[in-house]
Order: sequence, then structure tokens, then C-alpha cells
Amino acid sequence: MKNPLDSLWGTIISGLILTLILHNIVAYALGG
Amino acid sequence: MEWVPAISRWIHLMAGVMWIGLLYYFNFVNVAAAKAAAADGTAAGISKHVMPRALLYFRWAAVVTWLAGAALLGRHFFEAFVFLNRAYYAIGIGAWLGTIMLFNVWVLIWPNQKKILGIVQATDDEKNKARRVAFLASRTNTAFSIPMLYFMAAGAHSALFFG
Repeated sequence: MKNPLDSLWGTIISGLILTLILHNIVAYALGG
Repeated sequence: MEWVPAISRWIHLMAGVMWIGLLYYFNFVNVAAAKAAAADGTAAGISKHVMPRALLYFRWAAVVTWLAGAALLGRHFFEAFVFLNRAYYAIGIGAWLGTIMLFNVWVLIWPNQKKILGIVQATDDEKNKARRVAFLASRTNTAFSIPMLYFMAAGAHSALFFG
């Protein structure tokens, strides 16, 4: 499998997915 | 006016703009530019005149950003980093991402860039390996910058993001 960090779009999409995951973790921890 | 938090926030933002601005320059502009320059034999100018200066401001802006951020957290520094207080969950995530990014700059990017740019001696094999490690660390920081900036904003405006 190709490393997503080899392309700019792969890097940006990885960052957005990580943002979504972390947002949900924090929202859950805050009871939101 | 509370001078320490106010000045810390201002410095944190200015240094952060320089750090992440240069990170985006490396990733969005320089990677493609260096490849094109290598193809037409003009890469030496970038390696000699642009990269050392850009990396100087880049790595020290990272330090100033982190230190100003730590000063801004002040007595809440520990609470934020170990998630002791719900009010600091968001900024804690941002602070951890920023800290990992600072580590990447000083431990993975800069030592490998020194080999790539010929600031320290390295064989061609070592340079190729250094190029890959520095590239992936830089791309990791670009990916991390997206949630890092989200949580920096959320830290100051929690109700807006998690209300």
C-alpha cells in the first residue's frame, strides 16, 4: 500500500481524518 | 491587562505563523520546486541560499512557539498535558501535537537536513536515507498541523467547537 504522506492530498486527508477522530474523542470525554 | 499571558499569546501566534508558514512552504512549494530544479540542474541555488535560511527560522520559530505556548499555559501546563481538567482537554491535545511536531523538527528534520545540505559529512547512501526520513517527518508535521491548529482554536473557544 502506498504511503499517504507521499502525496500532498494524502497528507491533508490524513490530517483531516486525525482531526475528526480526536474531535470525537474530546467531545465524548466532555460528554457532548 | 495581564502582561504575561497577553504577550505570550501574541508571541505564540507570531512565532507559530512563521513555523507553520515555513512548514507549508517546504511541503506545498519546495518539495516540487526542488524536484523541478534538480531536473534542470538549478537545485544548487535552493540548497545553498534558500534552505539554510528557511530552516534557521523554521527550527527556532518552533522553539519560540513552544516556549510561548508553555508560558501561556502557565500554572495550567501540567493539567493540560496530563488531561487533569476538562477545561484543558482541547488545548492539551493541541499542546501534545505541537510538542510531537517540535520533536520531529529537532530530532528528525534538522539533523537529516544537515546531511542533505552538506552541513555535516554524509555518504550518498546516508543522504538518501536522510532525505526520506526528513521528508516523512515533515509530511507528518503537515498532517499533524491540521488537528493541532483545530485544537489550538478550540482551546480558546471551547463552546464553539464542543458546545
